[in-house]
Amino acid sequence: MWDYSDKVKEHFFSPKNAGAVDGANAIGDVGSISCGDALRLTLKVNPDTETIEDAGFQTFGCGSAIASSSVLTEIIKGMSLDDALKVTNQDIADELDGLPPEKMHCSVMGREALQAAVANYRGEEWSDDHEEGALVCKCFAVDAVLIEDTIRANGLKTVEEVTNYTKAGGGCSSCHEGIEEILEMVLAEAGEDFDPTAAAATATPAGEPVKLSPFQRMKKIEAILDEIRPQLQRDHGDVELIDVDGKNIFVKMTGACSGCQMASATLDGIQTRLVEGLGEFVKVVPASAAQLAAVGA
Amino acid sequence: MSDQGIYLDNNATTMVDPTVVEVMLPYFSEQFGNPSSLHQFGNKVGMALKKARKQVQALLGAEHDSEIIFTSCGTESDSTAILSALKAQPERKEIITTVVEHPAVLSLCEYLEKEGYKVHYLKVDNKGRLDLNTYQNLLSDKVAIVSVMWANNETGTFFPVEQMATMAKAAGVMFHTDAVQAVGKVPINLKESAIDMLSVSGHKLHAPKGIGVLYLKRGVRFRPLLRGGHQERGRRAGTEAAASIIALGRAAEMAMEHMEYENTCVKAMRDRLEEGILASVSHCFVTGDPDNRLPNTANIAFEYIEGEAILLLLNKMGIAASSGSACTSGSLEPSHVMRAMDIPYTAAHGTVRFSFSRYNTMEEVEKVIAAVPPIVAQLRKLSPYWDGEGPLEEPEKAFAPTYA
Ligand SMILES: Cc1ncc(COP(=O)(O)O)c(C=O)c1O
Repeated sequence: MWDYSDKVKEHFFSPKNAGAVDGANAIGDVGSISCGDALRLTLKVNPDTETIEDAGFQTFGCGSAIASSSVLTEIIKGMSLDDALKVTNQDIADELDGLPPEKMHCSVMGREALQAAVANYRGEEWSDDHEEGALVCKCFAVDAVLIEDTIRANGLKTVEEVTNYTKAGGGCSSCHEGIEEILEMVLAEAGEDFDPTAAAATATPAGEPVKLSPFQRMKKIEAILDEIRPQLQRDHGDVELIDVDGKNIFVKMTGACSGCQMASATLDGIQTRLVEGLGEFVKVVPASAAQLAAVGA
Repeated sequence: MSDQGIYLDNNATTMVDPTVVEVMLPYFSEQFGNPSSLHQFGNKVGMALKKARKQVQALLGAEHDSEIIFTSCGTESDSTAILSALKAQPERKEIITTVVEHPAVLSLCEYLEKEGYKVHYLKVDNKGRLDLNTYQNLLSDKVAIVSVMWANNETGTFFPVEQMATMAKAAGVMFHTDAVQAVGKVPINLKESAIDMLSVSGHKLHAPKGIGVLYLKRGVRFRPLLRGGHQERGRRAGTEAAASIIALGRAAEMAMEHMEYENTCVKAMRDRLEEGILASVSHCFVTGDPDNRLPNTANIAFEYIEGEAILLLLNKMGIAASSGSACTSGSLEPSHVMRAMDIPYTAAHGTVRFSFSRYNTMEEVEKVIAAVPPIVAQLRKLSPYWDGEGPLEEPEKAFAPTYA
């Protein structure tokens, strides 16, 4: 059985705000019945203040799905819609004192139900673009779809590269066979064979590598980040450059990007853009607390 | 047992019978010798292994005790059987199995497909039954082995393995059955059957975990999985797990003694549980083929709620069972067995398996019958498919969430 925290058990055994809210004016239905989880979130929003006066949930799902739904309603009650939208799935998981990696998607579902409900209130269409696959790497909760997409997008050829881009396989390494299988499959689509002995590419051959001075390089990094920024801001997040040390580029994720389960995917996306833009292999790393303190961030 | 709660998960594993523990204990201490050794330390162990082999032979109704090969588990027996057939007949590149096998067979078959073998997966109908005509048409001299389970671990449904073995034999094809769930629960008489190989796992019949048997009919061509010493006549090298083998022997003997009880009293408890739950809970049904299954297994689908949530609430009341929901396995899909029977998702996720043993009592059954309805009601109250006393009208249309 899962190793659930006491908080999860508490919210599962005595859920808060179960059932539909009377006079609800925002409804969010999300989930996937094939995955065994589905959630309807109903909100009563005060139209004058745009605050959530009441929230209720109905969930078809496992212990952690019910607990995530329950804790979500507790978190958002009394919040303004804008503030509520800033609640990340990590906030939900944290409030529950953590979830097993296989169950993080339960908290993602909570956040998505909230987005869907707000969209419903505002008369907008809400569609979700993240597709979920079978969990491959349990250490870092990386699923097959993300690995596949990253391999395709970046022309990856080795397990090591997959680990560099997605973190998958960077822990206990039990999933390397699974990653090799995905590589084999994706490479086969392009008529290529997977070569387990190939060395990981250290630099992405993006045209002629131009030798930049440290200052030019820094400017270039800033410029690339500026290009990405609008995309992040659309998702209510942002990125800040903290330091550059050789191949390591230290950044701070802010807003909705910080602590979101997709943060690592976002970091990988940024890394890909930087690798392409700079024509060399770099690693995007979340800045440590000490680094942040040093720059007063 | 009731001070530890009510254990209804005997298809997952069983308690080692106390008398079984008793017979195995000396083989950890005073009788620690290697049965292959000539000296007195080994000799007695050798005698005890011989006895255990005879006891297992009797339970399986095998003609010779040399047809019994001890392995480390049911999974090893399955792998050994299938890989042996492929190695011994390299010109045959096809396998016939079913979509509802245990992963011990299915994962291996999926792997073998990548190695270039052609695997035919027989489908089942909505009661989990096979179509023997399809099977007959697949049998050919290209097939190296048929591997079909005797009884399904989730629903308990039997496959007609004896008949299928006869059909395979007529076509000159080897036949293996994973009988891990059947052995000890239903009478088996291999000397009268055409079954070439059969897998057993000790921990499903009150022996310890980590001991299994591969039955190999005399004369069937065989290639070992593990080569090395001469143990098990060279068919499975590695120093014998003496204590566990001896334990399995005793457990086999006890299973024989309780065969009648299993098929009357244990069956009566299972039937009472089913009847009691079906009478007091709406929108639930038995999965598999109720007329043709193990005496100890009940698999009930509770619609519009999810299995793990049911198990957590049952567990809180001291009741142990298991579920075919995606969440209990950590995968995204509900049980492949439920999907194969075309059970709708809203029910497949809510399946709960109650599996009995001779240690259960009618008193426990009544407690479970009383515990289940409020648990189901509590979860349905939370379900978006449910409204008051019943499901929404056209529930899957009324609540059709955006895929996330
Ligand atoms: C039908 C079936 N086959 C094989 C196995 C695997 O047996 P073992 O755990 O001994 O490897 C099991 C047990 O879960 C089973 O139910």
